[in-house]
Amino acid sequence: MSISNSFFGQKFGLTEHDLQSYLSEALSAGGDYADLYFEYVATSSLSIDESIVKSAVQGVSLGVGVRVISGERTGYAYSDDLSPEKIKKAARVAACIAQGPSKVEKTGFESTRMRDLYPILTAPSETSLAERVELVKRADRAARAADPRVFQVQASYVDNLRQVLVANSDGVLSMDRQPLARMSVVVLARQGDGNPQRGFSGGGGRVALDFFLNEKTPEHFAQEAVRQAIVQLDAVPAPAGEMTVVLGPGWPGILLHEAVGHGLEADFNRKKVSAFSDRIGQQVASPLCTVIDDGTIQNRRGSLNVDDEGAPTQQNVLIEKGILRGYLFDKLSSRLLGTGVTGNGRRESYQHIPMPRMTNTFMLAGDSDPEEIIRSTPRGLYCANFGGGQVDITSGNFVFSASESYLIEDGHITRPVRGATLIGNGPEALKYVSMVGNDLKLDEGVGICGKAGQSVPVGVGIPTVKIDRMTVGGMAQ
Amino acid sequence: MIDPEIAREAIRLAQEKGATDSECTLAEGEEFSAMVRMRALENLKDAGSRGAGLRVLVGQRVGSAYTSDLSSEGIRNLVDSALAIADVSTEDPHAGLPDPSELGSLSGDLRLYSDDINQLATPDRIRQALEAEEAALDADPRITNSDGATFGAYTGERVFANSRGFLGSYRSSSCSLSATPVAREGQSMERSYWFSYARSHAGLESPAAIGRRAAERTVRRLGARKVPTENVPVVFDPLTARTLISDVFGAVEGDAVYRKASFLAGKLGERIASENVTIIDDGTLPGRLGTSPFDDEGVPSRRTVVIEKGVLKNYLLNTYTARKLGLRTTGNAARGLAGNAGVGHGNLFLMSGERSPGDIIRGIRKGLYVTELLGQGVNTVTGDYSRGAAGMWIENGELAYPVSEVTVASNLERMLMDIECIASDLEFRGSVASPTLVIREMTVSGK
Repeated sequence: MSISNSFFGQKFGLTEHDLQSYLSEALSAGGDYADLYFEYVATSSLSIDESIVKSAVQGVSLGVGVRVISGERTGYAYSDDLSPEKIKKAARVAACIAQGPSKVEKTGFESTRMRDLYPILTAPSETSLAERVELVKRADRAARAADPRVFQVQASYVDNLRQVLVANSDGVLSMDRQPLARMSVVVLARQGDGNPQRGFSGGGGRVALDFFLNEKTPEHFAQEAVRQAIVQLDAVPAPAGEMTVVLGPGWPGILLHEAVGHGLEADFNRKKVSAFSDRIGQQVASPLCTVIDDGTIQNRRGSLNVDDEGAPTQQNVLIEKGILRGYLFDKLSSRLLGTGVTGNGRRESYQHIPMPRMTNTFMLAGDSDPEEIIRSTPRGLYCANFGGGQVDITSGNFVFSASESYLIEDGHITRPVRGATLIGNGPEALKYVSMVGNDLKLDEGVGICGKAGQSVPVGVGIPTVKIDRMTVGGMAQ
Repeated sequence: MIDPEIAREAIRLAQEKGATDSECTLAEGEEFSAMVRMRALENLKDAGSRGAGLRVLVGQRVGSAYTSDLSSEGIRNLVDSALAIADVSTEDPHAGLPDPSELGSLSGDLRLYSDDINQLATPDRIRQALEAEEAALDADPRITNSDGATFGAYTGERVFANSRGFLGSYRSSSCSLSATPVAREGQSMERSYWFSYARSHAGLESPAAIGRRAAERTVRRLGARKVPTENVPVVFDPLTARTLISDVFGAVEGDAVYRKASFLAGKLGERIASENVTIIDDGTLPGRLGTSPFDDEGVPSRRTVVIEKGVLKNYLLNTYTARKLGLRTTGNAARGLAGNAGVGHGNLFLMSGERSPGDIIRGIRKGLYVTELLGQGVNTVTGDYSRGAAGMWIENGELAYPVSEVTVASNLERMLMDIECIASDLEFRGSVASPTLVIREMTVSGK
């Protein structure tokens, strides 16, 4: 596609000549590399609460970020005004990081060859508001109909359509149109005068509105949220201490995201501040574990045709049969470490400097029958769903909180427990994986990953996995 | 400077096109950050942006929109977009603006803006970060690496207007300096940090003090062990204790209360905490980071006693949640640019006790002193609490050795009643603050 036919060409009259002149300005004080990130995001968010559509917001955010790299230094500036004067001003501010004669600019751009992972003609944000409001109304009705113990329902729907153009001084030009939509339902249920319990469910991806009409419907999310709240009504306090933990398939893959993924981001490893620094080739997990980060899965929330630095995403093997194989790179880390990029340079918006980030992170399926995994566990904790997690990448310690978990007693899943937090150490925890199920499942598409103040959408996945030893932080001893 | 007339114009246009009420927020901000690492500048960011948000009511139906395009065409689109949203929302009997008698702004100089930040040139800002990192690297031979030191500055302006005649604006500034050293000894590698955050450059701690404190906090984590699982007293240092105050906020803010999504719903006037617990929200303290002349609905900020000597006195409310609960707003409306207002806090803090933290720790035979918390294991609905923790083991009144990879668990309802002791070391390092405090018993889960 040529720039003149592109979104930014059509809407703002952006030309190749403009891009050249902005990049020249950015490199006017020297600098080894410069890039421009144009972004236009239209967002709609709708929510229903007490069966009333109380809140709905539409908005547009628009701007350009200019980055200049000089050795290990990065200069960054942005403008929410796309007039040439303002962009050049931002370019001059970013240029201040470098000190030297201006670099001669390469002429001409070559468009990045890329996949089409979300070939959606009409993005959800381009459909009628009334149609999307109906989704949250349906979720509200379904949740209330599912169980009389439900007394509060909040359903929300958010979509955005992001248009991006990245041009850099290596002559790379890439343009992408990135739709994203997500539904979520939170319910509170109560048995008689007992304490309320919460249930949550949500999902979506880089999908058309049809996804919510035919595949994962509002009723699906509503019923799942209700199911989780009802399970909690009978839950007993979580146990405390070291024990066997079995993770269910899907969203519990957040374990990989926290325990392994962040520690493998190349910025931390370039600085040698990660518990995984200098460990390539070493065993960091049981031989049953192969962990992948893959930005190329069709329609997934964490997928991208190109990353936010204009590099095509790809499938990256992080751990192969327990051996640490690779890190996740952005442009700066790959320049400094002399490696190729891996398509993991991401940023929250034009106001943010790109960093190495995960896309969709999961463990490959193993051979074990999930039922056999449970049967082989005399005593332990089965975790079906999680809330959030966090990691200290330097010590490697991570935690994540189970929102739905059960005791395993004599090889059977028995009572639900509440308030369990799991804690472990990244390079050690996966060494205790003794069984990996044949049931790999990816999550439903709700993940948001935060790092250094920047949030980006991600995906996770895992088959049923048995970890022989992990600390569970409950109250019952 | 942002032109307040843009807000007036948006409201005029919205009312003309059919809104029965409307409110408009304009915000403009400049951000700066300089990050150094291993004695060299690594990142420099310097930029600004602006935006407008509009919320309209058409009868009892509400719509909101935002934009970064403040041209007259941009504002016209903003108005149309908000009205289109109101068209698809449903009637909400409690929706509405504050009563005109409740609108207003604090007078006098709240010291929200300090020009000494702008007067600090970029090379000086970078030098602050370099000095902080240097002090950390110099403090101990075991500090062998660094995850950087950052100087950040922000200046901005906020305008709010509504169709009931309110128009107010204020400028604010803040700056921060932090250092994150990395220490190594044998197989053990740890990092920690220290920071200072204030409305003025003069309000920051010195770079050397920040660096030294960061180094001290990092080095003492080296060689941390996992302890056996048992129930012991837990001491939270001021940085971790203030997260408990934030957790209490989550349970007393109006949205959670009217939905009964809080373990403190329906408990107004009841004894819910130990008698030594008094928690105040005060948005009027001059020069503090949680201070503002009016909230995000144009209601003056104020001082609200949340818990007094263990008794729950007030929830923190905006206009909507107050109406839902049959109460009055406490001037705690908060929002970004657009949308229905949520509830925020001003300067929220636990009142100090009498004894020094050292004195309190000396009185504990066996327990955990928590200096880091990890994860989000706090459930406001049930009060269930279980978070990752690191700190020091207390043995016979002494900090004996570092501990990590453990969790601390209890229930917030019980933890509030179990606050046995509050130290005298209250200081503001942000808008939520707490002195060191002791919880009589929690489950520490480890080996």
